[in-house]
Amino acid sequence: MTAPLLEVQNLSTHFFTEDGVTRAVDGLSLSISPHETVGIVGESGCGKTVTALSILRLLPPRMGRIIGGRILFEGTDLLTLSERQMRDVRGNRIAMIFQEPMTSLNPVLTVGHQIAESVRIHRGASRAAARMRAREMLEMVKIPDAARRLEDYPHQFSGGMRQRVMIAMALACDPKILIADEPTTALDVTIQAQVLKLMLELKGKTGAAIVLITHDLGIVAETCQRVVVMYAGRKVEEAPVAELFARPAHPYTRGLLTSIARGKAGVGRKRLHEIPGIVPSLRDPIQGCAFAARCPFAAMRCRSEAPELSPVAGQPGHTAACLRLSTVLAS
Amino acid sequence: MSIEPILRVSDLAKHFPVRRGLLQRTVGKIKAVDGVSFSLLAGETLCLVGESGCGKSTVGRLILRLIDPTSGTITFNGENISALPRKQMRCTRKSLQIVFQDPYASLNPRLTAGTIIGEPLENFARLPRSQREARVKELLFRVGLGAEAAHKYPFEFSGGQRQRLGIARALALSPLLIVADEPVSALDVSVQAQVLNLMTDLKAELGLAYLFISHDLGVVEHMADRVAVMYLGRIVEIGNRQHIFSHPRHPYTRALISAQPLPDPQAKRERIVLEGDVPSALTPPSGCHFHTRCPFAFARCRSEYPALREADGAHQFACHLDL
Repeated sequence: MTAPLLEVQNLSTHFFTEDGVTRAVDGLSLSISPHETVGIVGESGCGKTVTALSILRLLPPRMGRIIGGRILFEGTDLLTLSERQMRDVRGNRIAMIFQEPMTSLNPVLTVGHQIAESVRIHRGASRAAARMRAREMLEMVKIPDAARRLEDYPHQFSGGMRQRVMIAMALACDPKILIADEPTTALDVTIQAQVLKLMLELKGKTGAAIVLITHDLGIVAETCQRVVVMYAGRKVEEAPVAELFARPAHPYTRGLLTSIARGKAGVGRKRLHEIPGIVPSLRDPIQGCAFAARCPFAAMRCRSEAPELSPVAGQPGHTAACLRLSTVLAS
Repeated sequence: MSIEPILRVSDLAKHFPVRRGLLQRTVGKIKAVDGVSFSLLAGETLCLVGESGCGKSTVGRLILRLIDPTSGTITFNGENISALPRKQMRCTRKSLQIVFQDPYASLNPRLTAGTIIGEPLENFARLPRSQREARVKELLFRVGLGAEAAHKYPFEFSGGQRQRLGIARALALSPLLIVADEPVSALDVSVQAQVLNLMTDLKAELGLAYLFISHDLGVVEHMADRVAVMYLGRIVEIGNRQHIFSHPRHPYTRALISAQPLPDPQAKRERIVLEGDVPSALTPPSGCHFHTRCPFAFARCRSEYPALREADGAHQFACHLDL
């Protein structure tokens, strides 16, 4: 095993609002190795985006605070860096792309300017060199007629093209890690297929590790090597991708996989599998397992005792946080 | 079988004028829907599928006459409703209801759930109050919310529960047809399953017909009896679900199906990745609208729009080629 590039240890990020404290991320640990593609999946509000924002320390000021844990990037704890040092990491060694490309691009600057900007700031490149790099990047993300399009503004691009521009911008400084937060959710399926294909190609070229945050298990299955499943701010399961889909261990993961209409289990069935109930509020402290109220396997113990992640026997790299693991696996 | 369809749409078109400049002169038109025909039987689910801007939502709105068609006819329950005056249309809407995509925007935040669901009853059914309340309770129960929900406001419900409210409201007047415009797109998968199951149950119990508009082929494959695939305002393929999914004939349908990410890392298949973007509806390509992205396009495709033609068994497609 190579040393991990990024190691998140016991991260807790809470939001402090007038209505109380929201435990958005609650004791999360995960690690990313060089060149690896790791998926973080879960439903809305499970803390996957907040995890990404915590890594880059981009939480909304005052409201969101990291209250515990460490985020080691190449051996340095990012949480101990000054804002100035952090700026050297962001967009340079760890880059991020967001769901909605239009809101993350500046509408009054040309895309050429925006791609070149990070190269000039982080690499101290000259105007001309940065421009060359911008052009090279646009070509790399396969935007036709790149030299001319450098002069265009974001509104002159379609949604798929804008997401390509975002990718070009994120990769311009050769980051070690690219965090992609729902990069294709706002796109149509045929465009989504283009963008995912491009991301994987570029990963091959640049060697950047990718953290792919998504709610879509289909995308995870097709792009990731390892998967982390989150529920209510906690990691409930982690496994190599083939393992997770072939032998899901946590009742939540199992529920998710069988509730997808296009899943193996769904096709041809009259009714889909449902996970009853709703996600618990993260404002109230959660006693025991967060999934207990919706879990078909839940026992008395699950409501009082919080499960630790434990290895799934015979499956290296596969862990799940469930007190009834052996019962679930036997079923 | 010669059962009269509950809904028949022929040659339906909606062109939106594009106005520019100080005098707001019309400089062009967007053919959002451009000659669409299909029919829907009672108790049947027809799914309209396509990417953003293909005109699927516009078709839904036209059928409810929320917007007026440029041309074409809509026959609902034996009556031509495409030019019905407002007053009569209001009456027809009792049996023609809609469920919207966004359960946050489509419920009035200042009304209680009971009032929201009771409103159609108040407007149309003229029931005494006690009967109305009983019907509201029955509807809430039917969509799995329980009678106590009547006194809550929309913000007190989760996304999935709100969509149940939207469905209860649509059911209030016992409609024959519900147009469901992306009803689960805003919901998480586990909640999607709950709402889709509810819709399936209601269809079986009440004999509802659905015009189900969606961009998600997984959901479409699960819900549809028949499927219509739209591209730039036209239907490019229509037919039975099994036919469309097992033997798609139009290259666009094939690309759509193959672009769908499958939750199975072992799945082996050839993915057709289409080049380029959907062209602007303001200036659609000549000939077949799809030729700019089609891997099989040849000269004829650039000049001549292919008419819909029969494939084997209850299935039509619009392509010059026999793939």
